[in-house]
Amino acid sequence: MGSRKGSETVSERVGVYICHCGSNIAGKVDVESLAKWAGENLEGVVVSRDYKFMCSSLGQELIEEDIKKEGLTRVVVGACSPHLHEKTFRRACANAGLNPYLFQMASIREQVSWVTADKDLADAKARALIAGAVKRVVYQEPLQPTEVPVNPNTLVVGGGIAGIQAALELADAGYHVYMVEREPSIGGHMAQFDKTFPTLDCSACILTPKMSEVGQHENITLISYAEVEEVTGFVGSFHARLRKKARYVKEEDCTGCGICIEKCPKKVIDDVFEAGLGKRKAIYRPFPQAVPKYPVLDRENCTYFLKGTCKACEKFCPTNAIDFEQQDTYLDLDVGNIILATGFDAFDATRIPQYGYGRLANVFTSLEFERLCNAAGPTDGKIVLRDGVTEPKSIAVVHCVGSRDQHHHPYCSAVCCMAALKFGHLVMEKTSAAVTSFYIDLRTPAKGYEEFYDRLLEEGMHFVRGKVAEVTDAARLPGEEGKLIVQVEDTLLGKQRRLPVDMVILMTALEPRKDAREVGLRFGISCSMDGWFTERHPKLDPVATMTDGIFVAGVCQGPKDIPASVVQGAAAAARVGGMITKGTVLIEPIVATIHAEHCSGCRICNSLCPFNAIEFKEAEGVSYINAALCKGCGTCVAACPAGAISGAHFSNKQIFAEVEGLLFDAIRGNGAKALVAESVTA
Amino acid sequence: MSEEPFEPKIVGFLCNWCSYRAADLAGTSRIKYAPNIRTLRVMCSGRVDPTFVLKALAQGADGVMIAGCHPGECHYLEQNYKTMRRFGMLKHTLRALGIEEERVRLQWASAAEGVQLAAAINEMVEQIRRLGPLHWSGNWSEDGERLEAIEKLAEEHAQAMEVPA
Repeated sequence: MGSRKGSETVSERVGVYICHCGSNIAGKVDVESLAKWAGENLEGVVVSRDYKFMCSSLGQELIEEDIKKEGLTRVVVGACSPHLHEKTFRRACANAGLNPYLFQMASIREQVSWVTADKDLADAKARALIAGAVKRVVYQEPLQPTEVPVNPNTLVVGGGIAGIQAALELADAGYHVYMVEREPSIGGHMAQFDKTFPTLDCSACILTPKMSEVGQHENITLISYAEVEEVTGFVGSFHARLRKKARYVKEEDCTGCGICIEKCPKKVIDDVFEAGLGKRKAIYRPFPQAVPKYPVLDRENCTYFLKGTCKACEKFCPTNAIDFEQQDTYLDLDVGNIILATGFDAFDATRIPQYGYGRLANVFTSLEFERLCNAAGPTDGKIVLRDGVTEPKSIAVVHCVGSRDQHHHPYCSAVCCMAALKFGHLVMEKTSAAVTSFYIDLRTPAKGYEEFYDRLLEEGMHFVRGKVAEVTDAARLPGEEGKLIVQVEDTLLGKQRRLPVDMVILMTALEPRKDAREVGLRFGISCSMDGWFTERHPKLDPVATMTDGIFVAGVCQGPKDIPASVVQGAAAAARVGGMITKGTVLIEPIVATIHAEHCSGCRICNSLCPFNAIEFKEAEGVSYINAALCKGCGTCVAACPAGAISGAHFSNKQIFAEVEGLLFDAIRGNGAKALVAESVTA
Repeated sequence: MSEEPFEPKIVGFLCNWCSYRAADLAGTSRIKYAPNIRTLRVMCSGRVDPTFVLKALAQGADGVMIAGCHPGECHYLEQNYKTMRRFGMLKHTLRALGIEEERVRLQWASAAEGVQLAAAINEMVEQIRRLGPLHWSGNWSEDGERLEAIEKLAEEHAQAMEVPA
C-alpha cells in the first residue's frame, strides 16, 4: 500500500487498486509490490492499494471512500477482464459521485496471471498493463449514456419448444410477441418425437396444447412459413423485415378442413417431418395437429405448377381459399428485443460410411426411429424393418454417431444416451426383440435420468462398452447370414466382438443449423467454433448475447434436452420481460463525433460506415454522424485524414497514452534510458 | 550492462468482441503463452489507425499484432475488411521504411479461439525473436519531429484509403 502526492505535470488524482482475486492473481503476480510500484512510479497516482477481492462490497467501498476522502478524479482497477467487472467498478465510481467513464480496468488475471508461466515475467507484464491503464485514464473524459425507450413487442425466431416457451411466457405477461417459423407449422423437432425421457410422456400430448395456445393467444402473432431477411436498429428499437413465403392458400379464407389435402392426387416423400419414411401430398400439413392449421402447397411437386393442369385442390375447396397466383410477401416489424430459438439439424449419417446408413436398408437414424415408434407415424407405431412388415428380433443402438468424434464433432450431443435408453424401453415394450446399446460412456446427469438407466438395466437392455467400428452385411461366421453385423471392440472384455442383429439405430449428433453462421451475422451475434450461437457468459449469462437486445434459447446455443430448452426459453423471456418493464435502456455513449470546424467535406468517412450513420450535409459541406445509429466501432475515426472525427472513450490521445504506458520499460534509442526512469525523474 | 537474452516487446490491439474475448478465453482455459505481448482493447480492429502501429514501434515495441473477428464475422458487420485493406497499405509503408513485414501481424481470432490466439502469439514472438530488436525509436528525434513525421504518414494513409463506395 503506498500513498504519494500527485505529480506536477499530471493534474488528475489517480487511484490504483490491485486485486488478489484470492490466489488467482496473487498466486502468480506479486500484487503488493505491483501496487507499491504503481504508487511510486506512475505519474498522477495518489493512492495505490492491493486488496483480496476488489469486486466484493468491501473492495468497492474502498474505492468509494478514497474517491470521497482522497479526492480521486480517476480510478484504475487491475483485476479480471473488463467483460466481467467493468460494470461493477463503474457503478462503484458512480456511487461516489465520479463519472463512471473516468474508470479504467487492466486485466491482470485473464491477460497475465492465468496465461503466464514465469512469475517475474508475469510481474513485468502486469506492470505494463497497469502503466497503460494509468497513462490512459488521465485522458479519459466524463460521458453520459443515452436513454432510449424499449419497444414492448418482441420477435421470437423459431417455433420449437424453446421458442414456444419464450413466446408464451411473454404473452402471458401481457406483452405482444411475433413468432416467426420457417416451416409450415410450429412444434420443431419435439413434434416428431414419440415419447420423452425419462418420464415417457407422449411428446405430442405435452407439446400440442402449448402449440395451440400459441396459435390462439391474443398476444401472439404467429407468422409461419416465413423467414427473417434483414434486421436493423439496436436494442429497444429493432426493425425486422420478414419474407412470408407463398403458401398458395389464402389464410383469411381457409378453414383448415383438409379437403384439399384429401383430394390432391400427388404423393411426395416427406423428408422433413417423417424423416423420409412416410409420404405426404403436394398440398399438405406436416402433421394433423399442425399450428397454424392452414396447409401449404409445395410448388416444386404440385402437378398444376409442373404440368399446367390439375387444380383439384382449387376445385374442391369449399371456401375458394386456393390461390395459385400468390406471391411471397414482405412484412416489416418493429420490436424492442429478439429471441433466437432456431434449433438444430441432425447429423447426416451417410458421412460415416462404415455404418452403412443409406446403403444397408435396416440401418436407421434416431430421428427415423422416433417416427417408427410414433403411433401417428408412417407405420402407426409398429417397429418394423425397412420392408414395412418384418418385426426385428434383435436391435443394436450405436451411440455417438458424429458426436465425440474428432473427425466430426468433438462435443457430446447431450441427449443421445437418454434417447437410446428410451428406445430400448420402447422396443422391449412393443416387441420381443433384444436390444444392445454400444456406448463409449453413458451420460445420465439430470433428475431421474440415472434411475431410468437403472430401470433399463433391470428391464434387460444389454450394454457393450466400445465404439462401433463397422456395421456390415458381409457374413463371415455361421448365424450371420442375412443379418447386419456390428463389429466392435468390447473395451470391458478387451476383445473384438461381432454381433449379428436385424436392425441398427444410429444415434446421430445434434449439429448447428446449416445456415447458423449466416443467421448469426444477420442478427449481429457470433457462433462458437462448432457453430452454436455464443452466449454472453457460459455460466452467468447463458441466454444473453454480445449484442444487447438479442437473446438465444434452446439447442441453437448448444446441445441440450427438452427440459433445458424450456428453461432457456423461459429465461430469455424473463430477460426480455425485465427490459420491457423497465421501459428504457441505457446506450453506451461510445460513439464518434465529427467536429465540423475541422471537416473538409472529403466524404471519405461516408462510405466506411456500414450502419449509414454518417451523412453529408450538402449545405454546410461537412459530414455529420447520427449518434443514434453509430455503434462506436471507430473505423471512421481512424480514417479521417483531417483528424476531424473523435471517438469517445477511444480517442487518439487515450490510445497513444496507453501505448506509451504499455511500453514503459522499452528501451528508447540504442540502449538509452528506459521511459520509466524519465517519468520518475521528471 | 551484461547482455540479457532478447525478449521482444509486442503491442497487441485486440477488438472488444472477438479477439479480446479469445484472450479472455485463453485466460479462463489457463493456456500459457509468451508474456511478451501487451494488449490494448479497441472496440473494433477498424479503429486501429496506422499511426497507432507506428507509434508503438517508435515507442520501442519490436512488433505489433492487430487482432479482429474473422472476415464475415465482424461485430460491426464489415469493418474488419477495412482493417484488412488498411493493413495491406500499412505493410507497404513499413517496407518503404525498411521495417520487416513480419513485425506487424494481422490475426483473426473468434471469441472461441483462445488456443489459436495463444498459438499465434507464441509464433509471432518466436518470429520476432529471430528478427532481433527493432530499436526504431533510436531513429526518431526527441523534440517533437517524431509525431509530425508520423502524422504525415497518417495523412498519406488516409488518402490511400479513399476508395469509391
